[in-house]
Amino acid sequence: MLHTFTLALSLSVFWLINSGHNSVLMLSLAALSITFVLYLAHRMDVVDHESQPVHLTRKLPGYYAWLIKEIILSNILVVKHIWLGNQSISPTLSTIKASQKTDIGKVIYANSITMTPGTITIKLEGDQFLVHALLRESIDDLKKGEMDRRVTQLEDQC
Amino acid sequence: MDIFLAAGSSLFLLIGSFLCLSGGLGLLRFPDFYTRMHAVGVTETLATAMILIGLMLQSPDALVLLKLMVILIMTLFISPTASHALAHAALQNNLVPKLNKQNDNEEVTPSNP
Repeated sequence: MLHTFTLALSLSVFWLINSGHNSVLMLSLAALSITFVLYLAHRMDVVDHESQPVHLTRKLPGYYAWLIKEIILSNILVVKHIWLGNQSISPTLSTIKASQKTDIGKVIYANSITMTPGTITIKLEGDQFLVHALLRESIDDLKKGEMDRRVTQLEDQC
Repeated sequence: MDIFLAAGSSLFLLIGSFLCLSGGLGLLRFPDFYTRMHAVGVTETLATAMILIGLMLQSPDALVLLKLMVILIMTLFISPTASHALAHAALQNNLVPKLNKQNDNEEVTPSNP
């Protein structure tokens, strides 16, 4: 029930931002389409804690702030190596161990790795991630497990 | 007030353009598919964010600002998924990455079921 409510809320906000109209006809059409989408989502059985991770809301802003800092730092690093040229890069392929228990935690971790430039998650098998990195140091940083620890902490909050 | 907004907006747009240029240069310069994907990573995260923030500072009303925010959030959520799908497809089709010779890389054999 909570997940249905949050889905309805986010759909309404999304509709309002996209349309900007507030005549009665338009609003009733909006209500109609949102109801239809809710019905479809229920039939598809996708309204659950994975599509609506509301239990993470409290811890998420802190994690995002840290992630944005990481993204900016790694962007600067990658741009530096683009201008330095091909001799300065050391492409590496390596497996990283993830300590998250739930699927959603693993997805957050894998997506965070891909989002920071210079590292891409290629494959997930159980708790092993296959990661390609532009620089060897990026793999060493990941193996230190700072990001892993933060995602696990985020996941444990619920 | 307006002059500060205009100056800030230009600054963000300039940084964004420089990052886009760098991403494009990396795309042409790097040796293989996987390293080129890292160069594109710059364009799709910080460069996009900088350009959209620059545009947000110039937006005439709240609705445009909110729309730009939605575009930014959507881009940041969708691009890692797309990157992962692309890299995974490349590995599945036995595209072996060029790796640094001096490193003691782990043996990785791409499997093709």
